[in-house]
Amino acid sequence: MQHKVIDVKDVVIRFAGDSGDGMQLTGSLFADMSAVYGNGLSTFPDFPAEIRAPHGTVSGVSGFTVHIGSGHISTPGDFCDMLVAMNPAALKTNAKWLKRTALVLIDEDAFDDAGMEKAGFRENPFTELKIEDRTIISAPITTLTYESLKDSGLDHKSIGRCKNMFTLGMACFIYSRPVEYIFGYLEKKFGKKHPELVAPNRKVLQDGYNYASNIQAIPDTYQIEPEHKEPGIYRNITGNQAVAWGLLAAAEKAGLKLFCGSYPITPATAILEELAIHKSLGATTLQAEDEIAGICTAIGAAYAGDLAVTTTSGPGLSLKSEALGLAVMTELPIVIVDVQRAGPSTGIPTKTEQTDLNQVLYGRNGECPLVVMAAHSPANCFDAAFNAAKIALEHLTPVVLLSEGFLGNGSEPWRIPSMADYPEIRPPCARESDRGSFKPFERDPETMARRWAVPGQKGFEHRVGGLEKNHDGVLSSAPENHALMVRERAEKVSRVADCIPALEVDGPQRGPLLVVGWGGTYGHLSSAVAQARSEGMEVSYAHFDYINPLPKNTAEVLAGYDRILVCELNSGHFAGYLRSVLPQFGYMQYNKVEGQPFLVQELVSAIEDALKR
Amino acid sequence: MKYTYTDFKSDQEVRWCPGCGDHAVLAAMQRAMPRVAEALGYEKERFVVVSGIGCSSRLPYYMDTYGFHGIHGRATAISTGIKVANPSLNVWQACGDGDALAIGGNHFIHAVRRNIDINIILFNNQIYGLTKGQYSPTSKFGAITKTSPYGTVEHPFNPGSLVLGAKGTFFARGLDTELKLNEEIMVAAATHNGTSVVEMLTNCVIFNNGAHSTISDRATKADRTIVLRHGEKMIFGKDRNKGLVLDGLKLKVVTIGEKGITEDDILTHDAHEDNIGIHTMLADMKYPEYPVALGVIRDVADVTYDGGVRMQAEQVTAKAKIHCVDDLLRSGSTWEVK
Repeated sequence: MQHKVIDVKDVVIRFAGDSGDGMQLTGSLFADMSAVYGNGLSTFPDFPAEIRAPHGTVSGVSGFTVHIGSGHISTPGDFCDMLVAMNPAALKTNAKWLKRTALVLIDEDAFDDAGMEKAGFRENPFTELKIEDRTIISAPITTLTYESLKDSGLDHKSIGRCKNMFTLGMACFIYSRPVEYIFGYLEKKFGKKHPELVAPNRKVLQDGYNYASNIQAIPDTYQIEPEHKEPGIYRNITGNQAVAWGLLAAAEKAGLKLFCGSYPITPATAILEELAIHKSLGATTLQAEDEIAGICTAIGAAYAGDLAVTTTSGPGLSLKSEALGLAVMTELPIVIVDVQRAGPSTGIPTKTEQTDLNQVLYGRNGECPLVVMAAHSPANCFDAAFNAAKIALEHLTPVVLLSEGFLGNGSEPWRIPSMADYPEIRPPCARESDRGSFKPFERDPETMARRWAVPGQKGFEHRVGGLEKNHDGVLSSAPENHALMVRERAEKVSRVADCIPALEVDGPQRGPLLVVGWGGTYGHLSSAVAQARSEGMEVSYAHFDYINPLPKNTAEVLAGYDRILVCELNSGHFAGYLRSVLPQFGYMQYNKVEGQPFLVQELVSAIEDALKR
Repeated sequence: MKYTYTDFKSDQEVRWCPGCGDHAVLAAMQRAMPRVAEALGYEKERFVVVSGIGCSSRLPYYMDTYGFHGIHGRATAISTGIKVANPSLNVWQACGDGDALAIGGNHFIHAVRRNIDINIILFNNQIYGLTKGQYSPTSKFGAITKTSPYGTVEHPFNPGSLVLGAKGTFFARGLDTELKLNEEIMVAAATHNGTSVVEMLTNCVIFNNGAHSTISDRATKADRTIVLRHGEKMIFGKDRNKGLVLDGLKLKVVTIGEKGITEDDILTHDAHEDNIGIHTMLADMKYPEYPVALGVIRDVADVTYDGGVRMQAEQVTAKAKIHCVDDLLRSGSTWEVK
């Protein structure tokens, strides 16, 4: 039968199944394929912390959302155009995200009595969920996968694992994606170690594609034209990968080796894993015995002259607090990457939040300021990490770079830059004229940074440590010296503002409402503001990449609006910070602490409400 | 020799209590470093002294070398970072029994396990001195201190057992009053490739005076300690007539000339033996059943962490296709928009 091919601007597809069903792989393959095809895209993996949660249950559902479009895509989308539900539990947890026009593709084999009971369904799940008006494509995916591979020579269990490829084949047909890209991927993944898996996976993928094209159940197929993008070489990149690469880029520009001391922690581990690969670029990774050793080895490496970093998430950051104070006191350049997750304590490790801001701003003993920055999209993590390292090295200060699980695991297409376009990084190294009389805490009058001498340099022997010292590096508990050093350390951090870009405003410089955000909410906030404006609302938007210090023109920008609405995925950390730093303004808040990103729709409503008040 | 001990003395006033055992350990270190520089062909600027928190951790300020006074318990992690970042440095670490074995116990055992080439000088006075007299993880069972007014009810660590249990490659024990021996041990520790742990038995005149007096008193020291040297007979005593033999599965003290025992029956110390069995027994010896072992108990060669890191980096780099960040950015799947 001839299907009608409909051109659409963008679609949101959510792949959902048991945590062992391979949904993360299926979703990311679909995303990569769309990226190569030239679509704009944004992804959002949403999975449980358990590696294999109880089979078939609601708590074990793993999802991967891909939003693709022919224009720029800045969020993974609120509601989906197609839901792939590999079992009843996946349908149950995701039904609320269905658009009215959505397709639902289910593996009907999994919708047996046992599956329905595990998900807590009594009768017809579609009626129970009130989604019987959606287009349901019910396919016996498990049976068809076994049928497809019965002569493959694979054992029963291995065949069962291939059903995600059958599903992916169906999705490829529905969205007019060529399966050839996946063939290439399969060759790369299995070709060397498991060549026996290449042919069966290819076959089942193709069979899924063919099946979808043969059945009558699929009314239409869709086409999403490639985005008209700036010419160049592109790739798809996750936030964690981009952080790792940005750090490598900074090390190269500074002419230093990169040292990363870290302890594995969700959702930051992929940065350590990525850096561990790149020994040929001078990266050394040390998987430490704990979080504290992670940062302390980094502090040691910074003292010895490396670009030193440690990567972590909230609970790990808590453990590093005392050592962060040591880095502030010894004035050594280290970068701490915190990929935030839902807390407190262990919280919900795989879910995203912005709840560590207060901790990085205030969570240390003594007067202990450091530079705080935030990345705003997966690809932006590259520049954010580069800039964090540049500031750390040029101002001799620890810098905390805040990322989020949403950014770290999420991905988007990225136009590959050339390193020639990035600035050199020039740390304030000890001067030849100081040989023999080096004063470790004497400062550059402009930046207030001290100079960096490293062991092995003759005539620069000096001691650093956690005890208060004077400019000469000699221990001092004199009241006036302590007051001076406290002031100077703070002044050094605040002068970083001289070297960061001004705050930009999306929209008019004056008006009734300014929406303010920071970090990974950028995509949602910019989409919401654009939508609100298209609906006739008068609203501007400012997004902060630099939190401490704030851009120098912050007060000037904020002064232009009647109301300021600070939107963040916590109970109001940034709003509270702005209140204390710039108390002359009033701040309204929109907050969400559910371990989930914002929805564009709820933000548009919040903007509307703010304008009414 | 190119350097003398004064080259390693800083201009800072030493602020330990008069009579503290740490003074003697500092002196031994300042005397050992010129010899280490000579033996390894190192310039002074390649020496780094790291410490944690505690009385003994003030030591870096008294050395005219690069120095890092860290935070409580973390010296070993800081030393590790320094050594991995620049393996050509000679990294020394001063830490106390509380610092290394209580709050820093985790870093300590993992450094030993990794066999990273650092020299840990562990000042063991069996007390928390800087916080004024609480029991430490090496305080004797029943020790009466400010936080154990009725005596402790916990067993102490033997640092040697910890090191050997983690398959350490170097363990030695010194005694604060033995300046020459300590200097000799420190030279051996610093020239050993791998983690060297030197337990320095030190006295705290204020909070644990006489911590080691049962073995350190001049009158009885020769009978209550044994100095082990590789390749030499395990003989001790004022009259050099006592020795150690194996009796079944245990060590036993015998007297040469009694019951037909001759010098030939006495064990010869082999610090290079890979099996930790005899080294564990020697490190565990306690007075009065045995003399307390001093000197280098274990010194075996093995792969070091810093060496492994470097070697792997060279091997990977030799085969790598990615040599700069531009290569990296263009690696893997990419597509072109024209």
